Parts: sequence; C-alpha cells; structure tokens
Amino acid sequence: MGAVINQLPIGLSIAAVLLLIALGLTFTFGQMGVINMAHGEFIMAGAYTAYLLQDWAGRQAVPVALPVAFVVAGLMGLVLERTLIRRFYGRPLDTLLLTWGVSLLLQQLARDLFGAPNVQVRAPEFLEGGLGVLPYNRLFIMALAAGGVLAIWIYLNRTAQGRRMQAVMQNRQLAAVMGIDTGRVDMRTFFIGSGLAGVAGVALTLVGPVGPALGTYYIVDAFLVVVAGGLGALRGAVAAALALGLLNSYAEFWTDASLAKVVVFAAVIAFLQVRPRGLFVLRSRALT
Amino acid sequence: MNGALLEVRDLSVVFDGYRALAGVDLTVQPGELRFLIGPNGAGKTTLVDAITGLTRPAGGTVRFEGRDLAGRAEHEIVRLGVGRTFQTSVVFEGLTVVENLDLAASFRRPLWALVRRRRGVSDQVAGALEIIGLAELADRPAGVLSHGQRQWLEIGMLIVQAPRLLLLDEPVAGMSAAERERTGELLTRIAADHTVIVIEHDMEFLRRYASAVTVLHEGRVLVEGPVDQVRDDPRVQEVYLGRPREGAAGGATGGPVAAVTAAAAPPGGGGTE
Amino acid sequence: MTATTPQTPATPATAPRFAAPPPAPPWWARLGGPAAFTAVALLALVAAPLLLEPFRLNLLAKYLCYAIVGLGIGLAWGQGGMLVIGQGVFFGLGGYAMGMYLKLHEAGGDLPDFMVWSGVERLPALWAPFASPAFSLVFAVAGPMALAGLLGTLVFRRRVRGAYFAILTQALAAATVILLVGRQGLTGGTNGLTNFFELFGQDLAADGTQRGLYLVVAVVLGVLYLGARQLLRSRFGRLLIAVRDGEDRVRFLGYDPATVKTLTFAVSAGMAGLAGALFVPVVGIISPALLGVVPSLELVVAVAVGGRFSLAGAILGAVVMGQARTTFSEQFADGWLYLQGALFIVVMTLAPRGLAGLAGTAREMWSSRRARA
Repeated sequence: MGAVINQLPIGLSIAAVLLLIALGLTFTFGQMGVINMAHGEFIMAGAYTAYLLQDWAGRQAVPVALPVAFVVAGLMGLVLERTLIRRFYGRPLDTLLLTWGVSLLLQQLARDLFGAPNVQVRAPEFLEGGLGVLPYNRLFIMALAAGGVLAIWIYLNRTAQGRRMQAVMQNRQLAAVMGIDTGRVDMRTFFIGSGLAGVAGVALTLVGPVGPALGTYYIVDAFLVVVAGGLGALRGAVAAALALGLLNSYAEFWTDASLAKVVVFAAVIAFLQVRPRGLFVLRSRALT
Repeated sequence: MNGALLEVRDLSVVFDGYRALAGVDLTVQPGELRFLIGPNGAGKTTLVDAITGLTRPAGGTVRFEGRDLAGRAEHEIVRLGVGRTFQTSVVFEGLTVVENLDLAASFRRPLWALVRRRRGVSDQVAGALEIIGLAELADRPAGVLSHGQRQWLEIGMLIVQAPRLLLLDEPVAGMSAAERERTGELLTRIAADHTVIVIEHDMEFLRRYASAVTVLHEGRVLVEGPVDQVRDDPRVQEVYLGRPREGAAGGATGGPVAAVTAAAAPPGGGGTE
Repeated sequence: MTATTPQTPATPATAPRFAAPPPAPPWWARLGGPAAFTAVALLALVAAPLLLEPFRLNLLAKYLCYAIVGLGIGLAWGQGGMLVIGQGVFFGLGGYAMGMYLKLHEAGGDLPDFMVWSGVERLPALWAPFASPAFSLVFAVAGPMALAGLLGTLVFRRRVRGAYFAILTQALAAATVILLVGRQGLTGGTNGLTNFFELFGQDLAADGTQRGLYLVVAVVLGVLYLGARQLLRSRFGRLLIAVRDGEDRVRFLGYDPATVKTLTFAVSAGMAGLAGALFVPVVGIISPALLGVVPSLELVVAVAVGGRFSLAGAILGAVVMGQARTTFSEQFADGWLYLQGALFIVVMTLAPRGLAGLAGTAREMWSSRRARA
C-alpha cells in the first residue's frame, strides 16, 4: 500500500510532463494534421534555456526560464511552421519525415553547442524538500501542468483568438470562408504548442539531467497520449496523459522498467479496440 | 409485404444529439425504381448511409431480403447484394477505367485468387464498358475522366457487381444537360432489370424518370406514392417552400414541385445535408 | 539498381503499367523492364564479387540487407499508404532469431558467453528451439509476419490508420528496444548478440564465406523484388493501390481493406525479418541500436530518397543512403548528421517522389520533347 502511494507523485509528475508536451502536439496534429517529430527538440531547447540562464539567474534559473523557454521554443516552432511545414498541408505523413530531419539537425546542433555529455540545472532552494512523500519539485511540475491546461482552456474558450483556433480545428475551409485568416491561426497554434514544449523542457530539468537527446525520450509517449486522447481535444489529452503517466510509473514499479513500455503499448492497443479514434473525437461524415 | 426486397422500420440516426432520422419506414419491392427526395437536411443521404452500414442507427431495423443488416460492416452488406454510389464520385484515379471495373467485378473472388494477374477483359467488364459508354477510354487512368464520366464509371462498377439493390446518391448533380440526358437513359436501362433507389434533387430529372417517390422531411417520411400524387400533395409544397403557398393548386406549368426546384435544389448538389 | 527501372514510378495519378499512354515512350524506356533488371542482376551477381575488395563487398551485402527492408517499406508505404516507422522491430526479430541460433551453435551445448557473464545459470526456455537452424530461419520470417499480422488485425480492423498507425509502429519500436536492453541475461542487453565465428560449418571471417553470403543476399533481394513486382501487377496490387487512395470506397466494392492492409503489412514485416536474419552473419552483430526508432526511420527516409512509389526506387534509396552514410561518416562523423537531416528536408520538400521520381520526370520531359519534334 505504501508503495502505491510512494509511486503516485512520480506517476503524476510523469503525467504532468506528458501533458505539457502532448498539449502542443494535440493542437498541431488536430488542427493542421502535422506530426511534428521536432517537438521533442523544442523540449530540449527549453531545458537548455534553463541551463544557460543559470549563468545569469543562478538558482532562480528555473522560474526565470519558464517564460523565456516558452518564447524560445515558440519562436522555433514558428520558424519551422513558416519555412517548411507550410508547404506540407494535406501531407500529414510527410511532415513526420520532414520534421524528423529537422529533429536530427537540432540534436546535432545541440551536441555542437553544448557538448554531448549531459548537463545539470540546479533547482531553486524553495523546491528542495517536500510534503511527506510529495517532493516540492514534482508538485511544482504538476502545478505547472495544471496551470498550462487552465491557461489553454481560457485561451480556447474565453478569447476571440482561441475561438478562431477552435473554428479552424473543426472546419478549416468553413473558417477560411468566414474570413478567419487560417495562416495566422496556424502560426499562433504552432507558437503556443511549441512554447508549451519549451516549458515542459524546463520542468524536466527538475527531475533529471539535460542532454541533446532529451526530447527523444518523451516524444513517443507524448504521441501515444495524442492517439489515446483523440485529436484536438483538451480533456482527451488530460485524461490520456494522466492514464498513461500513471500506468507507466506503476508498470515500472510492478513489473520492471524494461516491460513498462510494452505494457503501456499493449494498453493503448487494447484501448483502441474500444475507442479506435481516441477518447474524444469530432464526428465527421467525410469519406476518405 | 413478405416479398419486399428492402424493409426499413422505425429507423433513427442520431448525430451528437441531433436526430438526423426520426423513425423512418421504407419498403421497396423487387424491380422498383424509387426516388428519394426532400429538402436539404431531410435525411436522404443519412438514410442511405444507415442502410449501407456507413452510419450506425440508434434504433429501428433494416432488413434486406429478410436479413437484418444491423451491425454488419459495409463490405459485408455489399456482399449481400446492396451497392451504392456517392454524391461526389470516388473512382480510383490511379487505376485505369478497365482496372476500376475489373476490381469491382472481382469482389467475390477469394483473396488468394487476386494474386494472379489480370489477363484481358472479362465479358462482364466489357459489357459494362459498353453500357456506360466508356469503351474508348478503357485504358486511360480514371483520373482523366470528366465529372460525368466518373459518375458513369461508378455506376458501371456497381453493375458489374450484380447487386440486387442499387442506391444512387444524386447521380446527376453537377452534370450538364447532355450528361443528364445520358444518365437518364442509363438509369432507365439499369432499372429494367435492377431494383434501384435514387436520391435526387433535380426535379426535371425526377419528372422524367421517376415512377414512385418517397419524400423525406426532418428525418421522417412525409409522403410516399406515385410521382403525380406526390407532386400535388400540399404538404410537399409546404416543406419545399417553408409555408403553404396561397392558391397552392397546380395550374402552373410543370406543377408546383417543379416550380419549387429552383428554390430548394441547387443543381450543384449542395454537398451534405 | 539503375534509374532505368522496370517500374514506372506510380504516383496516384500516373500512367498505368500495361496500357501505354498515347505518346510512345522512348525505346530505352520500353526496353527498360527486363533489360535493366538483367543488367543490374549481372552487375550485382558477377561484376561486384569480381571487382570489389572483400571489405567493400561485405558493405554492399549489408546495404542489400537494408534494401530488402526497404522493399517491404516500399510495398507497405509507397503502394499501400501505410507509413511503417517500426520496421526495425521485425528486422530485429529476424536478426535475433539468427543470432540466437549462431550463439547456441557457438556455445556447443554450453551457455552462450554473455549469459555466463550476466550470471544466468540455465538456458532460458525461450532460447531452446533456436538450437535448430531450420526453426530459427522459419521463425525469422514467420515471427515478424505473425506479430505484424496480430498488430495489423487489431489496428486496421478498428480502422486506426494514417498517422495513428505510424505512431503506433514507432511506439512498438521504442518499447522493443527498451525491452531488449533491459533483459540483459536473455538478450545480451545493449551489446546485443555478437562474436559469431561459424555459419553452417563455414568460417564467417573467410572471404569465400562472405562472398557466398553476399550472393545469397543479392539473390534473395532479386527474387523478392520480382515477387513484389508481380504482386503489384496482380489484382491484389490494384486493390492495394485502391486501398491507399480510397480505403472507405474500397469497402463499398465489397472488400475488407483491413485484410488487404494486414496481409501487406505482414509481407513487409516478413521481408524485414528475413533481411535481419541475413544481416547477422554478414555484419556479425545484432543489437538494440540497430532496430530502434532511429534506424527504422532512417530506412523509411532512405526509401523516400530513392522513391517511395517505385520498388526499384526503394532498393536504390537503401543502397545509396547506406553508401552515403559510410562515405561521409568515414570523413566527417558529425557532419553526416547535419547532412542527413538536411537531405531529408530537401527530398521531402523538393522531390517527394525521390530519385525514381526525378528519373520519371526526366523521362516524361524527354518523351514530350520527342513528341513535339
């Protein structure tokens, strides 16, 4: 029983990180049909942002880095969208390979800039210690994810920009006909989605070292969250991230680390037998 | 009623809380040519979707030759003998005309038999090429066909499958006058030895080729009967115009239904409903 | 394989294969099919073993193993529209099957060396059947086919497709690597299985053995290529293209696309498995690093570079990319990653039909010029 409780904060913080990563993927995938493999490298960029800011902000690097990483990763996403992804609308599978090429480039760039060995970011003093089994750093990550979800929810439902984004997600042609500048909306989506990956990267510095391949450890799981959650659905992403994060950490605990991913994979396949299009879907009559 | 080919009873379909079909009954006898009309949103395509397995009904039954179609996958329903076309034709552009037809004609072969290469053109496919008038384009990719030709090819792909019930979803939508003429002839020819249900918006076409008509409105069957009787029914005029017309009697040329066409039925086919 | 391939690069809207489009193609394109294949076969089977030094021939054999995987990817992705980014799993299954046989043979009744190092005391039951070479070879093909068949049935029957399917294959590759690395005593962990010396009584280090292996790989590739080509020209091949271009429409022709896709996926997995089994004696190792997400994706991109819509293009891409990697990483190791990344971006952006597509475009321009003249 004690183990179940001890494992909970780990599971929840994995879920929180997955959620931050998957939120961006859900929207770029759901709205634009883009499978962005370079999303993982935006995570890495966020983490290195925190690492670099240590020179200046010392142990306050993590909180300082949060907004900076959001902008850095967001701008990277924006540039990617403007220069390359733009040309690939209607070819979702091709974007996967394209962005993977980008991902390779960015990883090698990081290796050249920061060196291949992992680096550490020191957590701020106020995140040391914890409440019983609940370490402050993991609590902080959970709060960050909750804040991210809340902010996205408010953005989507309470702002004109967010409503436009939802309109484009549900019916791009119709939204365009209604006078929505879908190109602008796509840019914003990419900026926000990628920015969240940057924030996730900063969060990851609290629980482990930073290396050029940081993103690759999370990107596959994050995509599974998108598959299980359903496209473009906020609540789907939240539920799926929670489920997969917890399953991951408990599977690691009860079986062993090598089997956990297999268990998660099998669970996702089993889940798709019941809900083949994920938890939440927008119905469409289109024949493909 | 026991000899009915298709029996739809109390069929309902719900899309996220919206009742697209609210208890539809429809009986089609073997050999019939039935037209299905109604304003946009009446549920015509939804009805065809539910019969052919594309949409899961929320309630009611669909029986074809006495067999329940509920819960069967689309391809199983096709194998039982129900074929359909779509509003926007979807032939395989990467294959030639004859390959499209051949593929349709081979659907009852076991999968392992498909590993053999096609030699020549079967009589069945050649016959269909003749009927749909695309013999000269047989070896061209279907991607080069005009809109009308694609619709005919699609009808041809149905014929070679020898279905016992054909459902055609707006076969003349978007066609030129000449193409419509030819499609009408094609339809007459097919209807001679097939049972056919046609969804159609085009009232001129309806007047020329329909015998029996079912009018759908707001997910229900409004009127059913011979075309003249339906045309003169005041309820039909009401749903097409939104309110009864003063002096609705049909002294006007072509009858009120024809008069109503321009308002209710864009020839472009209006897309979804 | 040269650019004058027997296969017209078949984008969804190109000319059919057995009905010539109106402007007659130039003589060399009409002759293309059998002549080009014969030329390439002669080059591969006679010239290469005579002219290449053993080290280079061995490398070529390795590329041809990748080309077999590429052929399967071309079939599943180019023709069937299923983006498979976890083929490394099937390659690995075949490779490990062969590696386990070689290891057991090497140990001659004792425990394989790495098990001793990991403190394993009894041979795990999973290993026992792999003492038989026949079982190992059959498993190398049948195992991947069964796994792909199972996954395909579960996924395609529920109509999960496109990007979802791609992501699932990728997740499978990631999970497999972690599993293999974690089970040190069973799988050799990160190091995988290596130190092989003998295959069917032949010294693996001998030039003669390697030349023989090269010929086996080349013949297997040639046979599979011809088989795949026949498959594509058959009604099944037409059906596969139809499924790629309009899966839902195919259902209304009375076919179940899930069956077509599952079968094709299984065939491509079987090819990858066989390639893995051949790879092990050629290269001398099978390890998790050879079958994860990255090598799986690299193969897909190689196919894209060669031309996904053409089977010959898929083979060409695997060989070209294999050679490019060797050449460039010999000279500047880090630069290769930049180059590779940049190449993917350029190919996907500017030439989505790959080298074969460029050749096709050149041929079309040629014939339209002749038609005008």
